[in-house]
Amino acid sequence: MKQSSNRAFLSGNAAIARGAWEAGVRFAAAYPGTPSTEILEYCGTYTEIDAQWSVNEKTAMETVIGACYGGARSLCAQKHVGLNVAADPFFTVGYTGVNAGLVIVTADDPGMHSSQNEQDNRYYAMMAKVPMFEPSNSQEAKDMTKAAIKMSEQYDTPVMLRTTTRISHSESIVNLGERETAPDREFVRDMGKYCVLPHNARVLHIKVEERLKKIAEFGNNCEFNRIESGDNSIGIISSGVSYSHAREIFPNASYLKLGLTFPLPTELIKKFAETVETLIVIEENEPFIETAVRVLGIKCIGKDRLPVCGELNPDIIHKSLKDLVEETMPELTKMPDVDIPVRPPVLCPGCPHRGIFFMLRKHDCTVTGDIGCYSLGAFAPHNAMHTIVCMGASITNSLGLEKAMKEKIHGKLVAILGESTFMHSGITGLIDTVYNKGRHVTIILDNSITAMTGHQQNPASGSTLKGQPAKVLDFEAMCHACGVTNVHTVDPFDLKAVESTLKEALNDSEPSVIIARRPCFLLKSYKPKVQLVSINRNKCVKCGICWKLGCPAIEVNQQDGKTQINPTLCVHCGLCAAVCRPGAITQAKEEA
Amino acid sequence: MTTNILLCGVGGQGTLLASNLLAECAMEAGFDVKKSEIHGMAQRGGSVVSHVRFGERICSPIIRKGECDILLAFEELEALRWTEFLKPGGLVISNAQNILPMSVSAGNSKYPTGITEKLASCSADVISVDAIGKARELGNQKCVNVVLLGVLARRIKEIKPEIWPEMIKKMVPERLQELNLKAFKTGWNLA
Repeated sequence: MKQSSNRAFLSGNAAIARGAWEAGVRFAAAYPGTPSTEILEYCGTYTEIDAQWSVNEKTAMETVIGACYGGARSLCAQKHVGLNVAADPFFTVGYTGVNAGLVIVTADDPGMHSSQNEQDNRYYAMMAKVPMFEPSNSQEAKDMTKAAIKMSEQYDTPVMLRTTTRISHSESIVNLGERETAPDREFVRDMGKYCVLPHNARVLHIKVEERLKKIAEFGNNCEFNRIESGDNSIGIISSGVSYSHAREIFPNASYLKLGLTFPLPTELIKKFAETVETLIVIEENEPFIETAVRVLGIKCIGKDRLPVCGELNPDIIHKSLKDLVEETMPELTKMPDVDIPVRPPVLCPGCPHRGIFFMLRKHDCTVTGDIGCYSLGAFAPHNAMHTIVCMGASITNSLGLEKAMKEKIHGKLVAILGESTFMHSGITGLIDTVYNKGRHVTIILDNSITAMTGHQQNPASGSTLKGQPAKVLDFEAMCHACGVTNVHTVDPFDLKAVESTLKEALNDSEPSVIIARRPCFLLKSYKPKVQLVSINRNKCVKCGICWKLGCPAIEVNQQDGKTQINPTLCVHCGLCAAVCRPGAITQAKEEA
Repeated sequence: MTTNILLCGVGGQGTLLASNLLAECAMEAGFDVKKSEIHGMAQRGGSVVSHVRFGERICSPIIRKGECDILLAFEELEALRWTEFLKPGGLVISNAQNILPMSVSAGNSKYPTGITEKLASCSADVISVDAIGKARELGNQKCVNVVLLGVLARRIKEIKPEIWPEMIKKMVPERLQELNLKAFKTGWNLA
């Protein structure tokens, strides 16, 4: 942690972890997901917090629920779509309430920088009737995490903390505090509170409604919802990062700055609206606040002018509300007239997934994909992934395709997912496939780490978030136990073995699994012995087969059109030598 | 007065450490600071950008188009890509390194030529430096980020010169300090 005296420059995620530590949190759990991942990583840096990677968001949520019932102040964190996975226990803990404080972080991703949708999780707070804080910067992220724990215990409720990418991954200055000592609490058996049998749940629901009324009252008078008086000709209601953007464009306006956005402070909104001439609600994605304002019968400018899709930023706010802004748009630099090639992310040099996609494309397989680094297999030049729905969907998507297309797709169909995603929610799909007589091939890419989010440990890694040794899951035994007879294990760098195994599996009349096992090349602990790769450019016939590997180290020489290998990027994995037909690229037999 | 600096490059070039150092130095100099960047997908060799803003009070963590004072580009094509954020007459410091995106290395598009001249023609003040060459001379091309930070630091009058090496000592692991201090000095004296 970077810090000088009692101030530190922290990301929103680091500030949430710091807030949890200061609030006396003892237990934290999550499954990694951008932009939430670092929250648990930072929690893990505090010796007083027992932090763990769970196998999915639901198990994380259930574990923190148990921990808070057991008397530990707790935190769980997930990206917005992760809360979909954890929604079932989330709704229930809304009813049971807590014992020690519980804060549930949802990190939304407006603009979909690394997500499949931009769902606005503020509606989850409303639907589960769980109060919600929305910080606007790192200081507030820390303060609101502490306030959430306090509110959780005071009102016997879990509390949601909703960030967005620009809060989680922006950094700003934070004043640090000391760690509070949490009072000792133990689990007290209380069937009426903790067992949501229908007759208990009916009672609990009434309590939830009463609780919400009390918190709404609190919201009308709390430090997190405040009127910042300015020129009353324009009044702005805003929250989260939108507030910071709005401040750039309307520096002199009056503001109702909301930090506790569910339940919304209706009295405060009415009071504020009465004092201003033109009322604007500035928020990202859905009209969450705006709808509530309109329900109160108050006229406002909102999504009629501001976009629902994508992130907001000062430029978009300025453009959308041009006639209300005093300043003109900034003058822009005149851009030269030149085509700028795009630079999308690519599979890294030495990535063990590359050869698999090469073979899937070669055999023209229909591939149902999943969420991870390997989602990049959908892009050119691989073009070897044809559906991506959500975590774990690959296997059951294939099963569904088979149900619809039967023999038209048999022998061509492959589901592909990483080992972390398989454990997250692929296992149930595999059991389903066996039980319901699917026969597609499932490929598990086991690179021993949750790589896309930046290398988080999982049950394939052999260690925990805290760096403790851990048992490694036996994937072969797991697949056998699901009912798969033919489980193959291959080294994805051995293209011949990959091809023969794939052919055999595709022809199988039963479901089969191929486990392609090799660690992520970027793993610090992974130091493979290398055999040097070299190219004799005189032999290159420009057939282009090596270009189909999509390796950043393989380049087309701009003058002669032949292949060249970029020596600073090449890691000598040897795939290009394995596919090179004229023998221009070769790999030494001895280790270097 | 707010100073807006955009750092851009290709995933893996070390833009994040450079932007961290810059932000910490601005904080040490007594400014309010905000920084914003995108993690995740962008790390896999994609285009990456960090917004760093400092001044008396900073609200939004994002720099507006046309308001960037200095663009520090770790790669020439990325300099071109992010120039639309530059204020007219703003400064571009560009590392004279070309990393071919997949579309170019696969032969589907052309890497633009004469980027420095193109940038100069669009009212930008351009400093092109061979930071990657200097980093290699220092024995570790990974310190290209701190060489570039040195070039940038000399142009930021609001932060006292002695703050930079102090913060490098504070933030870089001990075994890499000497290399990075040398890299910083090389950059400072480069242009």
